[in-house]
Amino acid sequence: METLMSILIGLFFAIGTYLILTKSLLRIILGTSIISHGVHLLILTMGGVKAGGPPLLGFEEITFTDPIPQALILTAIVINFATTALFLVLSYRAYKVIGTDNTEKMRGNEDE
Amino acid sequence: MSLLHLAIISPFLLAVLVPILYKLFKKVHTGWFILPLPLVLFVYFVSFVSATSTSQPIIESFTWIEALGIEFTAKIDGLGLLFALLITGIGTLVILYSIYYLSKDKEKLNTFYVYLLLFMGAMLGVVLSDNLIVLYAFWELTSFSSFLLIGYWYDREKSRYGAQKSMLITVFGGLSMLGGIILLYIMTGTFSISEIIAQSDVIFTHPLFVPALLCILLGAFTKSAQFPFHIWLPDAMEAPTPVSAYLHSATMVKAGIYLVARMSPVFADHALWLWLIAGFGIVTLFWGSFSAVKQTDLKAILAFSTISQLGMIMSLLGIGAAALHFDGIDDKYHTIATTAAVFHLINHATFKGSLFMVVGIVDHETGTRDIRRLGGLMQLMPITFTLAIIGSFSMAGLPPFNGFLSKEMFFTAMTHIIDFNVFQLDTWGILFPVIAWIASVFTFIYSMILVFKTFTGKFQPEKLEKKPHEAPIGMLISPIILASLVIIIGFFPNILSVNIIEPALSAIMPEFLFEVHISFWHGFNLELWMTIGVIVLGTLLYLSLAKWRKIYGLFPEKLALNKAYDHGLLFAQNGSLKMTRMYMNGSIRSYLIYIFAFFIAILSSVLFSQNAFKIDLEHASDVRYYEILLVAVIVIASVAILFAKSRLTSVILLGAVGYTVALFFVNFRAPDLALTQLVIETISVSLFLLCFYHLPKKRNEERMAFKATNLVISIGVGAVVTLIALSAHSTKLFESISQYYVENTYTEAAGKNMVNVILVDFRGFDTLFEIVVLAIASIGIYAMIKLRMKGAK
Repeated sequence: METLMSILIGLFFAIGTYLILTKSLLRIILGTSIISHGVHLLILTMGGVKAGGPPLLGFEEITFTDPIPQALILTAIVINFATTALFLVLSYRAYKVIGTDNTEKMRGNEDE
Repeated sequence: MSLLHLAIISPFLLAVLVPILYKLFKKVHTGWFILPLPLVLFVYFVSFVSATSTSQPIIESFTWIEALGIEFTAKIDGLGLLFALLITGIGTLVILYSIYYLSKDKEKLNTFYVYLLLFMGAMLGVVLSDNLIVLYAFWELTSFSSFLLIGYWYDREKSRYGAQKSMLITVFGGLSMLGGIILLYIMTGTFSISEIIAQSDVIFTHPLFVPALLCILLGAFTKSAQFPFHIWLPDAMEAPTPVSAYLHSATMVKAGIYLVARMSPVFADHALWLWLIAGFGIVTLFWGSFSAVKQTDLKAILAFSTISQLGMIMSLLGIGAAALHFDGIDDKYHTIATTAAVFHLINHATFKGSLFMVVGIVDHETGTRDIRRLGGLMQLMPITFTLAIIGSFSMAGLPPFNGFLSKEMFFTAMTHIIDFNVFQLDTWGILFPVIAWIASVFTFIYSMILVFKTFTGKFQPEKLEKKPHEAPIGMLISPIILASLVIIIGFFPNILSVNIIEPALSAIMPEFLFEVHISFWHGFNLELWMTIGVIVLGTLLYLSLAKWRKIYGLFPEKLALNKAYDHGLLFAQNGSLKMTRMYMNGSIRSYLIYIFAFFIAILSSVLFSQNAFKIDLEHASDVRYYEILLVAVIVIASVAILFAKSRLTSVILLGAVGYTVALFFVNFRAPDLALTQLVIETISVSLFLLCFYHLPKKRNEERMAFKATNLVISIGVGAVVTLIALSAHSTKLFESISQYYVENTYTEAAGKNMVNVILVDFRGFDTLFEIVVLAIASIGIYAMIKLRMKGAK
């Protein structure tokens, strides 16, 4: 399962990178979201999947899945959500002010 | 801190007071307050003369940075004392001269004297330091204060150009010298010059010997304006004339010569030392005298003349090194080169200082320094004319002035080079006297131009801005003193030999015992005939100057070193501009491509060069059929984003991916993650939709344009991540620490949900700041939506 997950994570990274390299701001944000999914799954996979029951003591199992990666991912998800929301609003504002979501047209400033 | 240290830093202390004195006593010329200091210092240094000539050098130490072995060690030996006397003596005369030269009302005297005092202190520090780091610090301070003095009239463009040029070249050399100093420290473990000299046999066999030698020499050559680094000196003539007289003839340009003389006991055993110094010196001698004839500006003539004479001293120091290799018949001829170097060093300081002051007077009284506009000043300025005659004839090497004596010694040293059968000097050595003789002819010519084009010929008052008359007496005192010295040393050459020259020589070449006796008349020998030849040919060439001067026109300006410097500087500026423009094009995509390309290149090269790639499926869990189904769904959804035409479709597809990830979390026994992921994905998708609902739909939505580069980069990134994930999972170096959490979650923290207990109990800090992140993001969003700058949409 880990091998399959590794390939899937690689695919996520590839798709995310491709989206980030495009011109449209929306697609860049989509790309970062996909990459963050990849990262979350990567953390989980590296901790080993399906090694036991869910990390809840009430289940009375002998082995449990590693709880640390899950705690890390939970933190990462929330932070990722915060930044995504911020970037979304930022790009929305940029679109409103500049009138484009094409990053190639956002180049340069008066100082140059 | 001893009195000697106080003497070195006293110019800095006075420099602090100068602006106050300038403000308090507006009516008095500030220079009068400065004048006593170099005079007192001169007298103070004279008191060392008897001590250094008879006994050991005087050493005073003062701890600066003890841990690094850097001590401010002041050391007075013959060489240091000679330079200290030159610096303070000529310093006194220059300050006296500047009092009459610079106007009290028009010039910013406070800055001038601050810079000049900085320079004087720095120069004293250079020649009296025994510690190389301290020497370097003072060395850079001389470059810096020289920069300030050249740019004294900073509103003139040429001043700024000259200052920048001299700064760039001397600081380049200074940095290289620092490299040499550090190499010496690596070899010997000390910064003290005396201790380094004591270990010179260790250094000689060390592999870093040659690099250290080259680095030190580069510093000396740039400072002393040796070919091809001489180009800064003519441009430094934009400085006020007292500065040119002091810095660019008598003191600072001799710092490189001081360094070479000081380091001779360390390096002189090597053939490279001899060849580089003698070779570059003689080329500089020739090139300086050859170029001086071409100049029409008096100060430019003197600048090239200084270059040429510095080359002469340098080549003598180089040839003097041969004495170390030759324990042969007669030591006289082998040490005479070094003697001539030191003797000419003194002579040059006297006559060049007075000549600069003479030129300053001419400039001051006529308003020009251009020899094409000058002429016939003899009757108007008789004293200045006499001074010019003395200085120029001494410079040309005519009797009865001191320049004659040192030039004769120079010829003696040069003609005896072929006797040395070391380093192939017996074959190639013949070039030295020939070049030296030709250079002396040119020296004669420009010395004559200097005097006769200025003071004889037709007087052209219509070309002059002022009505010329003799200079005030105060301005004449300093050149008169220097010119008197020229004559006194000329007639009584041995007054300095026992007390000044001999101790200096034994500092340069500690192995030898010197008994200097300079005879004024030494019979009809080869050297005298060479001088007669110089005079005859020089006179003929001077008289026919108009006929052959055209050969200077043949020399292409494009090949001149100044052009090379200018183009080099321009090339460096434009080149770096072009290079920066090339990669910093302002497009985010390009930067991201650089970042990703480096990511791929470095990670994959490390992965394979370290043999880290490994697949081990032992710990891998099995794959169920529904998991394959999940993978298939998520692959289709994510790939479809790439091909989605409308924004809405791609947002919905992203939602599909997010929900499938939540299903993965379910499958991988992570209930809290699944919950959070579901909720957050829902909110994210609604945010996306909310944002794009408000966007104006003014243009047709289109598919992503395909770019091969993007595809290659993204496939590379994906592949690298996959490979690293596989290798990382296959290489478990140690067990997880999670067993501790499993065992202690209930007993220590009273909870059964391990993930939640980790989040709020074991690792609660993470959670605190994650809350902060959320708070900042929400405030940010609120601010972006609500806040509007005035005038913005």
